[in-house]
Amino acid sequence: MGSTIIRAVDGVSLDVASGEFVALLGASGSGKSSLLNLIAGLDSPTSGSVIVGGRNLAGFSRDQLAEYRRHTVGMVFQSFNLVPAMTVFENVELPLRFAEVERSKRGALVTTALERVGLSGRLRHRPVELSGGEQQRVALARALINQPGILLADEPTGNLDSRTGTEVMELMRNLNESLPMTVVLVTHERDLAEKYADRLISLADGKIAADHVNPSRNAIRATSRADT
Amino acid sequence: MKLYDSIELAARNLRESVLRNSLTTLGIAVGVASLVAMLSLGVGLQRMTARRLKSSGLFDTVVVTSRRDLRSFNREQEMNGPAAAESPDLDEAARRKIESVSGVLEAYPELRFITELRYEDKPHLTMVGGMAFSSKDSDGFEGLQGRFFSSENVAEAILQKSFAAELLGRAPARGPDEFSVADMAKPLLGKQIVMRYVERSSSAENKDSASYSVVSHELALTIVGVTDLDPDSVRGPARARLFIPEKLLEGLHVMQAYDYRDSTRATSSEPAYATVIARVSGAGKVDSVEQAIKKMGFNTFSILDANKGLQRLFKILDLFLGIFGSLALTVASIGIVNTLVMAILERRREIGIMKAVGASDADVRGLFFAEAGAMGFLGGIFGVALGWVIGRVINFGTNVYLSRQGFPPEQIWAVPWWLIAFALGVAFLVSLVSGLYPASRAAKLDPVQALRYE
Repeated sequence: MGSTIIRAVDGVSLDVASGEFVALLGASGSGKSSLLNLIAGLDSPTSGSVIVGGRNLAGFSRDQLAEYRRHTVGMVFQSFNLVPAMTVFENVELPLRFAEVERSKRGALVTTALERVGLSGRLRHRPVELSGGEQQRVALARALINQPGILLADEPTGNLDSRTGTEVMELMRNLNESLPMTVVLVTHERDLAEKYADRLISLADGKIAADHVNPSRNAIRATSRADT
Repeated sequence: MKLYDSIELAARNLRESVLRNSLTTLGIAVGVASLVAMLSLGVGLQRMTARRLKSSGLFDTVVVTSRRDLRSFNREQEMNGPAAAESPDLDEAARRKIESVSGVLEAYPELRFITELRYEDKPHLTMVGGMAFSSKDSDGFEGLQGRFFSSENVAEAILQKSFAAELLGRAPARGPDEFSVADMAKPLLGKQIVMRYVERSSSAENKDSASYSVVSHELALTIVGVTDLDPDSVRGPARARLFIPEKLLEGLHVMQAYDYRDSTRATSSEPAYATVIARVSGAGKVDSVEQAIKKMGFNTFSILDANKGLQRLFKILDLFLGIFGSLALTVASIGIVNTLVMAILERRREIGIMKAVGASDADVRGLFFAEAGAMGFLGGIFGVALGWVIGRVINFGTNVYLSRQGFPPEQIWAVPWWLIAFALGVAFLVSLVSGLYPASRAAKLDPVQALRYE
């Protein structure tokens, strides 16, 4: 970086309730990905706090952050971020290795996670042999495998055509409702966000420009809300 | 992350860029190989020397001299112990006493004299020495042509090679190595050689004085062998150039150069010896025998004293060979550092992914460590094998050279188990140390940066 200090996220105050499906909207450079990285524990704030389940991530050590990423959050990315050298099975299994889950239990867990995202078979294939939509499903299965309470998605449909993009969003919506899982989605596609999210938050220049309940989906959600 | 997971992931990463990793592993293998080859050469040379010294009979020999006659080989010995004037005579009684020390198999005086020998009516002047019958099994006779004395008291002679050449009228132009022992033995074996000698004859009525008469004799000897080495050569390669059985020589009472010393002594008419050789039952007993003989008031010397210096020489040799081997290993470990640092650049994204799905710093570090360790381990195994082959080749080459020069084959190279274990351990440790920096660099990678990296 140069000498200029860039405040990617500045003075943002945001509460997300457990089980909520939140969309962070904004143009590129608006700070939405930086905000997501803070929630994911990939980045630490220079000041302020990120409180998840009553614990402040800002005070976490590197090991505590790793532990947090392992068990509390699952992430999917625009570019899928699968390890190209590993098979589908191995990619989904990877977080189990870090979580030190016993080897004998892993097979069943991986299969269940892949079934949940609608993929079965092709376990021995490498990511390049799969379509974009399938790759994102594998990434979703990997995000779910350690049963985290929060799913963080950074432009998950950015590299997909609209049909597979819709499929992935449907899947996320489904996970949000059935598990239930808190979902924080970062996107610049307003219409996708309006179709699936409970709440729409717009960011511009690192600040929240708008925060409102999605009018098209405001009726259904349950109200059991603990601060997340 | 569990250890087996680290190893499994490391193994698959190593397989992914198999060319680069094999080259790195090869680098380590070459380093280890040179270490193993150098050290095994050092160990082999050391063992060979010890073996040759041992089989030459030198390790079980203690040389005893009287304090009255000779200064000690060892300054410390001279300073301690009784004064020369109080030291006993080294005579027949003393020889028996030395022979009775536990661990001593045999004690015999070292008898030598210069005399004239006649072979085919031509005179030849040379040194004649006694050869103990127990030298028969000594390795010093490895190159003996003909045979050893048939009994302890027989009139037979074994010639030193250079004397054989002289008898045949061959003057070696370029040193004694020019003729082979076998060539010279052929015309000489079985021939007669006449030795002249003077007997020291003590008259029976003159018991209390050290006077004696000198009587000249001739003795015909049969040449039975020609040898290259003198197995009793504690103090030099050629003690004498013609050997006759020790017991025979003792019986002849040949006038010795130091007998003049006896006549100045005037304490006893019994002849005293300049040197008595004590043969000990094993190298382990040499020290205690030496101590016991010293207590009697004599000076002693054994090759073990000299061998301490030799051992130090080999330690230094080992050290230097080890240093050269380590240099090769250092180059190899720079190879590991390079490979792993490159791997980090190449796998930044993968490290980012692993961190995003929950890998801790320790997990990432462990992974790179396991890769370095695996390369070191494999490199160590290949290296030991390679070093073994190199040593074999050197050994083979040396033996080809030796046999061309007319020498028996020799094992100049040895790979003991401790060396294999040591080399494997060193390879593994060096790799881990080399992996230290790349691994901690990988562990500290910022996941956000790493994921952004394309």
